[in-house]
Amino acid sequence: MSETRTGPAPGDRTAIGITFGNSNSSIACTVDDKAEVIANEDGDRQIPTILSYVDGEEYYGQQAKAFLVRNPKNSVAYFRDFLGKEFKSIDPTYNHASVHPQDVDGSVAFTLKDKAGEDEAASTLSVSEISTRFLRRLVTSASEYLGQKVTSAVITIPTNFNDKQKAALVAAAKAADLEVLQLISEPVAVVLAYDARPEAEIVDKIVVVADLGGTRSDVAVVASRGGLYTILATAHDHEFVGAALDKVLINHFAKEFIKKHKIDPRENARSLAKLTAESEATKKALSLGTNASFSVESLAEGIDFQSTINRLRFETVARPVFEGFSRLVESVIKKAGLDVLDVDEVILSGGTAHTPRIASNLGNIFPASTAILSPSTSATAINPSELQARGAALQASLIQEYEAEDIAQSTHAAVTTVPHTTNAIGVISLTESGEEVFVPVVQPETAVPARRTVQVAAPKNGGDVLIKIVEGNTHIKVIKPEPKVQAANGTNSKAAKVEDDNSGEDSDDEFSDEEEEEEKREKAWKIGATLAEAAVRHVKKGAQVEVTINVNADLSVTVTAREVGAKGGVRGTLSA
Amino acid sequence: MATFVSYPLPSLPEGWSAEKDFKAVGKITADGATQRTIEPVGPHFLAHARRARHKRTFSEDDRIQAQERAKNVEEDNDDDISEPEDLMMLNRDAKDWKTQDHYKVLGLSKYRWKATEDQIKRAHRKKVLKHHPDKKAAAGRTEDDNFFKCIQKATEVLLDPVKRRQFDSVDEAADVEPPTKKQLATSKSYKLWGNVFKSEARFSKVHPVPSFGDDKSSKEDVENFYNFWYNFDSWRTFEYLDEDVPDDNENRDQKRHVERKNANSRKKKKVEDNARLRKLLDDCSAADERIKRFRQEANAAKNKKRLDKEAAEKKAAEDAKAAKEAAEKAAKEAEEKAKLDRESSKKAKEAAKTAVKKNKRVIRGSVKDANYFAEGAASPAAIEAVLSDVELVAAKDDPEEIAALAAKLTGLKVADEIKGVWKEEVQRLVAAGKVKESEIKAFNA
Repeated sequence: MSETRTGPAPGDRTAIGITFGNSNSSIACTVDDKAEVIANEDGDRQIPTILSYVDGEEYYGQQAKAFLVRNPKNSVAYFRDFLGKEFKSIDPTYNHASVHPQDVDGSVAFTLKDKAGEDEAASTLSVSEISTRFLRRLVTSASEYLGQKVTSAVITIPTNFNDKQKAALVAAAKAADLEVLQLISEPVAVVLAYDARPEAEIVDKIVVVADLGGTRSDVAVVASRGGLYTILATAHDHEFVGAALDKVLINHFAKEFIKKHKIDPRENARSLAKLTAESEATKKALSLGTNASFSVESLAEGIDFQSTINRLRFETVARPVFEGFSRLVESVIKKAGLDVLDVDEVILSGGTAHTPRIASNLGNIFPASTAILSPSTSATAINPSELQARGAALQASLIQEYEAEDIAQSTHAAVTTVPHTTNAIGVISLTESGEEVFVPVVQPETAVPARRTVQVAAPKNGGDVLIKIVEGNTHIKVIKPEPKVQAANGTNSKAAKVEDDNSGEDSDDEFSDEEEEEEKREKAWKIGATLAEAAVRHVKKGAQVEVTINVNADLSVTVTAREVGAKGGVRGTLSA
Repeated sequence: MATFVSYPLPSLPEGWSAEKDFKAVGKITADGATQRTIEPVGPHFLAHARRARHKRTFSEDDRIQAQERAKNVEEDNDDDISEPEDLMMLNRDAKDWKTQDHYKVLGLSKYRWKATEDQIKRAHRKKVLKHHPDKKAAAGRTEDDNFFKCIQKATEVLLDPVKRRQFDSVDEAADVEPPTKKQLATSKSYKLWGNVFKSEARFSKVHPVPSFGDDKSSKEDVENFYNFWYNFDSWRTFEYLDEDVPDDNENRDQKRHVERKNANSRKKKKVEDNARLRKLLDDCSAADERIKRFRQEANAAKNKKRLDKEAAEKKAAEDAKAAKEAAEKAAKEAEEKAKLDRESSKKAKEAAKTAVKKNKRVIRGSVKDANYFAEGAASPAAIEAVLSDVELVAAKDDPEEIAALAAKLTGLKVADEIKGVWKEEVQRLVAAGKVKESEIKAFNA
């Protein structure tokens, strides 16, 4: 393909979604507007991002991963994060068991033998070249599956990819004959995958996307407002990751082995590789079942090793890591200036998200109203490993009919950077007891221009109604344990209290007692400045009033109010 | 879209009034907005981008989108298969179905081989609704089912994949004529040729067919294109043009004869078609500016290599020659210089010898002038002692020192002065350690 051509014409495109991860990659396409993750020729939907060369033959994915044990000198793994980075700023920890990265003029490269023949010299390949080769394999798999040549793709990237890394990725894809339609951030791809389900409703919500991968965990708080996504805060972590869970198992089984045979299998590179591979498999098995076996043939010095572990034991030894995940999620919510009560949805994505304990830990942090979307907590949850690829495929199907020029213009900062409201805008309505309450119409952090409509019941007897448009914001109301409960229970509660003090961790009902004693926190709206008042006259009995608030790009507000089903209505504008 | 709130709105307070029932009280607080970046992802962002780029408001965009959608639906139903029916076609005899243009009969002549099965079905239905003989009978024209039969035949052919291919093979109306020389002179030639090959590509067994490309196509693409087309694998067949095989059982020979004839004619036509495509390609490649350019570039590259090589060889030869010459010259010069040196050193030696001789004569003369430092006639022993000292000094001194001594002594006639000079010289020699004091006999006195 010549340099001057920008890419295939929109009509000739075959576009897929690619998740090019540091540990695993996925490819997905859309069939009848539904995203589907493609299995490669080995039948894998999660394709390990590993390339291995044996006698000049190139292997990738699961096959290459198997070669980490026998052929670590010619296998490259965990290279995605090195793209577009200088050697001095990379973390080579995870490359210890495969080809080590090298400094070539400041950039990263790997030296391995990728040609057949005894006397062929090893070649030094830049990380872009490796990426290109890997992407080419992904594209080939997708092309074989679809029966036509894949020309274009949407690729997901972490939110902290800088321009240089993006450029390097686009260049690597281009070298693999792949047009990059767009690079989209991973958390947003995840949200899109959920929002694109036919049963999904577009509501204004705050979503926390916890992408827990093999070598990095990225958590993002995303404001989803009318289907527009804005990232409010992100956090990245390299400590609390899937590999850390593997490490826990590695150490656990290594100790067991030492106890039996007085040999540390972690000291031998090949034993360690076998141990790592089996630990990962055991971890995955523990996500599905409560018991998992661990068996390696000839783990060290020809001794076979077999053992089992149950989920409880695993969760006990890996507790520090699990707690780290929870802290990470909490920290990013704080970073966004929000409270756990503000979060409507938590989506777990990435391979590590299969682990049930992480989801249940997060369930304890968030209030019951927050939906935790992970396989262990929700039956309708999408496979967390597939979310990103699905989102990318959906985005690809949405934009593949546009010219590259159009896409570039639409994703330009002039279009994407817009003011977001800090306060909510809503109307005042009355509770049964006659108290004024705030009904949010436009939520905070909504990108403008925005239009929201709400239907509010009219007073029971109809007549003229007042529509008061006000600003509002939330605060966390803390309710102390009500003394009424104590008074009612009298001595009982006192006794319980004493018992509580004495017993540290006892029976369940006591625990629940204690929970009742805890203060309750809830989100409440505070009515702020009044923006406008309007009157809708002669509303019928039992009718509803529809209020539409339109916040324009210049922050002026247009309010329309009318009785549902009636003509006319009131309309007014507030200047910015 | 709208959410429902069950809490009722407050009633209008007594005495509330405003112009047009709307009272603006405040505005969004000054710090009421943060600049943030929306993620450019998802269908709703597409809508946002559309509104932002075309500067539409929500309601305008809704209206335009609704219009576009409505238009699409209409097109689906109608536009793609509505073509005016000409009278000639309507009056066709259904018996001549072999020569009829099935696509035109169904109103699909702008789609032809590209028409989808769905389009054909819909077109058929539409035509049936219009031309059904019962409808015509209702209008008073009985037995007018000729065109209806044409429609049925056309549908029968087009909905059968095998028959459709056979018809498509000979559907000349779908062919695109190669551009004329005049057209080629214009800048559109790539597009024109591209269209020709796009239409030819319908016969390809292999897909995708490489596109003709344009002026900017790379050499690889162009070569790929021509390789593909010179090895074109076509499914085009010519059964459709077969003569009808008589199906009476009586004349088997006649039947076989016709069958043979048909087979031969198919083969012949296929060969002709291949030749036609070949010629088309030859014409195209002959006129292809890109090939010329690539050839020139290749030649230029090759020539450049050759010229470079020649230049390098020439330069090497010249360098070698120059080096050789330089070496020769240097050798010659060195030889001459050595000769010169030899001669000059010989002369200098001789000159030095003569000078030494002369100076020695001077210094010897000086002692004689001083009368061997004796009063009156000098005794032979004294003369002997002085002369031996003089000889000793002369032997120990360098030619330069002898010259210096001689220079000091020349012109001196007084014996004491001469002796003073000698003494000085002897002392200098003693100080320099060249002569021992004891060896000097006369000058120490």
